Amino acid sequence: MSKKRSDYKTTFYSRIENYVNGKDEFLFHKEVKDDTVHELESLEAELTEAADLLEKREEQQRIQDNSEPHDFLKRFHRLYGIIATLVCATLMVLLLITVSWLPRFGEAANPANNVVTKRYIEKGEEETGAVNIVTGLILNYRGFDTMGETHVLFVAASCVMILLLIAEGEEKKSSYAFDRYLEPKNDIIIQKTANFLVPAVFIFGIYVILNGHLSPGGGFSGGSIIGAGLIMYVSAFGFKKTERFFNERIYKIAKVSALCFYICCLSYYFYMGAHGYDNHIPLGTPGNIISSGLILFINIFVGTEVACTMYAFYALFRKGGL
Amino acid sequence: MSIIENFVPFSVIICLAGGVICSAVKGETARRLSVTIISLVVIMNAFVLGYTLKLGHEFVYVMGKFPAPWGNELRAGCLEGLIAMFFSIIMLLSVIGGIRGQNDDIAKDRLNLYFVMINLMLSSLMALVYTNDLFTAYVFVEINTMAACALIMIRNNGHTLVAATKYMIMSTLGSGLLLIGISMLYSITGQLLMPDIKKAVEALSAGENYAIPLTVVIGLLGVSLAIKSALFPFHSWLPEAYGFSTASSAAILSSLVSKGYIFLLIKIFYRVIGLNVMVGHKITNILFVFGIIAMIVGSVTAIRQTDVRHLIAYSSIAQIGYIYMGMGLGSTAGMVAAIFHIMSHSATKSMLFIAQRGLVEVSNGSKDFSDLKGSGYRNRLAGIAFTVGAFSMVGIPLLAGFTSKVYFAEAAITAVNTKMWIAMITLAISTILNAIYFIRASISVYTPRNMNYRDVNYRPSNASNIALVCFIVLNFFLGVLSYPIAHTIEIGLEFFK
Repeated sequence: MSKKRSDYKTTFYSRIENYVNGKDEFLFHKEVKDDTVHELESLEAELTEAADLLEKREEQQRIQDNSEPHDFLKRFHRLYGIIATLVCATLMVLLLITVSWLPRFGEAANPANNVVTKRYIEKGEEETGAVNIVTGLILNYRGFDTMGETHVLFVAASCVMILLLIAEGEEKKSSYAFDRYLEPKNDIIIQKTANFLVPAVFIFGIYVILNGHLSPGGGFSGGSIIGAGLIMYVSAFGFKKTERFFNERIYKIAKVSALCFYICCLSYYFYMGAHGYDNHIPLGTPGNIISSGLILFINIFVGTEVACTMYAFYALFRKGGL
Repeated sequence: MSIIENFVPFSVIICLAGGVICSAVKGETARRLSVTIISLVVIMNAFVLGYTLKLGHEFVYVMGKFPAPWGNELRAGCLEGLIAMFFSIIMLLSVIGGIRGQNDDIAKDRLNLYFVMINLMLSSLMALVYTNDLFTAYVFVEINTMAACALIMIRNNGHTLVAATKYMIMSTLGSGLLLIGISMLYSITGQLLMPDIKKAVEALSAGENYAIPLTVVIGLLGVSLAIKSALFPFHSWLPEAYGFSTASSAAILSSLVSKGYIFLLIKIFYRVIGLNVMVGHKITNILFVFGIIAMIVGSVTAIRQTDVRHLIAYSSIAQIGYIYMGMGLGSTAGMVAAIFHIMSHSATKSMLFIAQRGLVEVSNGSKDFSDLKGSGYRNRLAGIAFTVGAFSMVGIPLLAGFTSKVYFAEAAITAVNTKMWIAMITLAISTILNAIYFIRASISVYTPRNMNYRDVNYRPSNASNIALVCFIVLNFFLGVLSYPIAHTIEIGLEFFK
């Protein structure tokens, strides 16, 4: 009965019905500016632009006549600088004064020399199998922290990639063409030096990584040495030659597999440790090259990741791609 | 040992692995993988929460063969479980709610890198929530900072680059001060594990030794985390970062990144320094004062905005002020209110950012109020979600914001006399200011539309609809069923002592 009312369309119930059935005229409609309106608006914009220009000129005239606002800005900037310097100086003095209240460095009675460090020094070699206590400490005792630290590098490389990566297309081509624009092409001195040095640098890097548990060094330092070797090779011979053995594909495979293996190894280690199971990782004789269980492998994984990251930084900054 | 205990480290590690794998696959695959991983993390943390509630005490997960002061460990109580589950839910909803925004704003070849950052962000948040070691916290703070920076600048326009630079400078200052604080604390206590530091600090504060370094350390820890979570004088990076990044990023930054740091500060309050020592050193009063100023300044600045994104961003500054005000009361009730507000604000702000994106989509891409007129009719669900969010921020009953305001008021009544008056009066003023700008925003979303526009067929994406419905439900859930959550928070804080 009610549907026969003539003003049904304007009633509350009809509107609810329309809403439920989705017949509402506004629902799911996107608004785009009309062309005619567009024209009008552009005309309007031109007008306002002209008015702005006039106003600006007047403003400039006013500033020339009366330099008061300009002065104010200058004074503000000077004041800002002075206050910033004062704040920084206060903070520096405060921190320096605090340092003078801290325990003297290297004294036996310091709070830092407690049971924690004692166990690292006395039992470190026996428990981790690493002669280098620092490596044993960061890769075995506090392996979780170091895993985070390795991923900090990974995040940093990804951040740089977000900023500098150039998409496929014309821009990429032109940036590749101009890659060696500002540098000497085929410089014979650099190439001959690189011929000598690059193999030595690579071998030294591998030595530092593999001996990470025996002598100072490890994945982080060895990886950056290898990365430096790669950079030297690129700057001597250019990207074309480098890409024969190190291109984007290999970079991705090396980095992802190194990090994945790293995570898998440590997950196994954490799981076994937390449940109190024996993890069946032989520690070997301390001092041998194949000893100290997982540490050797973790050093290799970290080294790969660091070398890749170093090279990626260089390549991204130079030509915006790998 | 129950299998559920493994979920705690697994939720950190699976996100790290997910981030690594995302860097090698295409954008669309990366998105599917990330959504799967985040859902898994939600489920795992729900189990952890249930398990800890049933267990009645915390449990420790030793990371490796060597127990805590020598090795690393994670510790989970019911508060950690609750916050971790909540953070991962918000992360999931923010990611799926902003899918269309991600496709529009981010270049195709960088989309997988966006999900690398999402995964690493979640892993760092999980680690910050569960860690029991100050140095582990610092390592993951670093990951968090860089991932947040990338989330801002991945939408490549000039504004985001400026915003990311500003964020980087402020955040690096915060990280630096935090590191100085942690190293000073290490040199006077000789410990990095939280309960061990607390014991040492209690002994120190009873005796005469190292009184000055201890005060400086407490100041450094408080200030550094306040900088990182954008408390009032350090908020200059916030409006641009929230205003110009893509919608999911803005939701994640406002509701998770700053909240993760605040939760770390609460942990430091209870587990590292001890609430009594913190209150004794008056750091709570300082946080209280700046929180109060932030509540007023943020709201007053928000009233002047004509851009809806900036309005939501400035309102965030005010809401961060609320949280610090609650912490500054220095009582357990204040802390419960602060933690509850962390949750209610996260749920509401991320909803507002996602809903705002839906409204902007149907208004010619403009964020200005004059162009948003009537957008509530064109994208109905986004309009409803925006209104619910705005009402929740104002504090209309039945919604999350109202409940947290009630908790704040209850906590303020039990505080010291002067603090009580200041807190109550500021709460009242701030509520009125919130009402002024949020009600205006909702009204302009629902005023009849501007006739200068031509209609084009438009359909909101299903994913964002699902996310918005979930957000609305979550908001009502937090508002109506707040008692069990507040009770869980209280039990968790008991564990902390």
